[in-house]
Amino acid sequence: MIGLVLIIAAAFFFPGLILRTKSIASGRKGPGIFQPIKDIVLLMKKGSVFSETTGLIFKIAPVVTLSGILCSILVIPFANQNALVSFEGDFIFFSYLLAFTKFFAIIAALDTGSSFEGMGANREAFFSMLVEPAFIILLATFAMITGYTSFSDIFSHFYIIGDPYVLIYSIMGFYVLIQIAMIENSRLPVDDPKTHLELTMIHEVMILDNSGFDKALIHIGSYLKFAIYGALIYNVIVPAGWNLFLQILLFLAVQGIFAILVGLIESFRARNKMNLNPKFILSISAMAWLSFIIVLILTDKLI
Amino acid sequence: MMHPLHSEIKNDSFPLDLKSVPVFEYDVFYDRVSDLLKDEAKHCIAYYGVKTTGSLKFYCCIADDTNANITVFSHEHNTNKLVLKSLTPICEPLQIFEREIHENFGVEFDGHPWLKPVRYSHDRFEQSLRIENYPFYEIKSEELHEVGVGPIHAGVIEPGHFRFICNGEKVLHLEIQLGYQHRGIEKLFIEKKEPLQRCILSESIAGDTSIGHALTHSQLIETLAGIEVSETLQIERCIALEMERLAVHIGDTAALCGDVAYQLGQVVCEALRTAIINTTQLWCGNRFGKGLVRPGGSNYPLTSEVADEMLRVLSDTNRRWGEICDRIYSLPSLLARFEDIGVVSRQQALSLGAVGMAARSCGIPRDVRETHPFQFYKSFPVKPMTCETGDVFARSMLRNLEARESVKIITELLAIWRKKSRDIQRPVYVYKLAPNSFALSMVEGWRGEICHLAMTDSAGNINHYKVKDPSMHNWMALALAVRNQEISDFPVCNKSFDLSYCGNDL
Repeated sequence: MIGLVLIIAAAFFFPGLILRTKSIASGRKGPGIFQPIKDIVLLMKKGSVFSETTGLIFKIAPVVTLSGILCSILVIPFANQNALVSFEGDFIFFSYLLAFTKFFAIIAALDTGSSFEGMGANREAFFSMLVEPAFIILLATFAMITGYTSFSDIFSHFYIIGDPYVLIYSIMGFYVLIQIAMIENSRLPVDDPKTHLELTMIHEVMILDNSGFDKALIHIGSYLKFAIYGALIYNVIVPAGWNLFLQILLFLAVQGIFAILVGLIESFRARNKMNLNPKFILSISAMAWLSFIIVLILTDKLI
Repeated sequence: MMHPLHSEIKNDSFPLDLKSVPVFEYDVFYDRVSDLLKDEAKHCIAYYGVKTTGSLKFYCCIADDTNANITVFSHEHNTNKLVLKSLTPICEPLQIFEREIHENFGVEFDGHPWLKPVRYSHDRFEQSLRIENYPFYEIKSEELHEVGVGPIHAGVIEPGHFRFICNGEKVLHLEIQLGYQHRGIEKLFIEKKEPLQRCILSESIAGDTSIGHALTHSQLIETLAGIEVSETLQIERCIALEMERLAVHIGDTAALCGDVAYQLGQVVCEALRTAIINTTQLWCGNRFGKGLVRPGGSNYPLTSEVADEMLRVLSDTNRRWGEICDRIYSLPSLLARFEDIGVVSRQQALSLGAVGMAARSCGIPRDVRETHPFQFYKSFPVKPMTCETGDVFARSMLRNLEARESVKIITELLAIWRKKSRDIQRPVYVYKLAPNSFALSMVEGWRGEICHLAMTDSAGNINHYKVKDPSMHNWMALALAVRNQEISDFPVCNKSFDLSYCGNDL
């Protein structure tokens, strides 16, 4: 329960922190830390406009997407407390729940019949397909280290098995999860949330037709996703057995540092060329494979 | 008396007596144009039709970059249903002019590959041809898809429609449809009799080139009215032109960085541009230099306070510009987005008749400041900057080089200006234009060669006015640049050219 509350709390200041970091890095005054939340409140108050070509799918997609993301939070554990829902193989459930939300976003984009949104949906589907192995392989690695297949069990046994090589796994996990989080949330270097150029957009172009309340739901979903990945990163790098109060502070600190890191990455580099994205995403899968093989070697399963 | 073969004039000098412009038979005209344009150093700066009662007269101006001469000749026809042999198959740069003539007067050009409307002008020949029902070029195929962008865009940019035919992410063909900004500028120049109105009109041809177009217009009026301007004023005008170039080049670099999501480059360049345009504002009260250039004089003569401030801002800008350019052009993630993207080869640029930056980024040193000097550039030689590769990188690097050069030019001009006497000339709004004359005026705006041409009747009233913005030649270069590129690279290609929509639409 604490985990759920903390993730939602982290999602509140996450986008604002990225925005503040980018403003400060570019020498601007910039908006306040809660500006994204204020924008959501504003969008909530507005009505939605629906194109004549759209149907039921387009109308239900934002709700389905957000509820899918909310459900996926339930399997994420916090500290040594079990997640609200926990069963064997729940990381597969988590992964496909997110894929399911993405599927709805994609068919909603296709529902508009716009050539732009079709193009964006095409890109999003392609890149999501490529990033999926990275996540599954990484989790498979964790499962192999610990011998469990649910998030709660994996993370509660991650640090207490007394494996001297745990640092390697956590660094690998940290790197891969950050990259996956950036791709899943359509940030640099794969996508640019700030761009106004329809032809270069991936995620943004898919939601061009969404307005008002629906758009607010989509934004909330993306903020939550950041916090969810932040929580996973936290679980990978902080041992589950520590004092609960310390853990809460550390959790918020990790989320904050993660947000600042995202802001800094977005400030000082340019975006990838579109045809480099598949290679870039595959390199993350390669990292996950690498950690998988390292575990195989260290646990004497390979040789 | 025999007609001379052709008549030659120079930029920013004297008008030509209309009678001395030779009228050729079309066959002779055809041969002469094709002969002249074989030489790479010559290019056609204008070819347009003038309708008088019962006849159509076509003027063609070809500039020789080696000796600064501009050759003017014409051909005349009295029939309305005109079919001429197209010059485009042998001189590709004329394609845009023939398209314009076809659109305005319904002249058929036999052998022209594609007489696509240029801008749907109000007085076009075929009124039934409308921008809404234009049949776009199509390729029928299951694998290909079309993407239409515009005319209203998501950013704050001008309206224009782009129709892509793509194979997946790869662009096979781009068709650019313009004309949404057509205001009938050329007709307004004749209708508006007040000299001041015309000045303001010229500043509004393209909002990002106010100084360039205003200077071209003022220079044209001075040529026709025989007004001499002092060297001090000429220097001030050159400074204004370079300030405009500097501001736009820096602003475009910011936009290019923004297009590839490089935030640092974008914000730093935006801040630098603001400093430059604010200096222009300090000088004349308008950030884009509106009101600064007027025929015969200036309402805002440069003062030594403004000059001091300008020097201070420039030296500061120069230092910071150097720093940020070092950052920008050494950042691998950004170079990956610029290099080998949107390549226009030298040969393509030549056959399109590209001018200005689009030509110089492909290694063609076409710069009116050097080849057809005007104002103070006559006694202040400028060496054109060139880049060789013709890609987005070359066009952005050229901006870097030209901006640095502009700072140098302004600094040197200010030093010369300080030694000159401050005889203040005020704008001249009452003038008598030479009757029955033909005059042209060219200026190297930041985008390239701007050309205004005017003709007067027997009473000295302007009865024909023609404007040519460099964008007119260069739009086709953009269409070629994105072929076989990824569609997601189109925005950065487009920005690297930064062509004017309203300059084309007039």
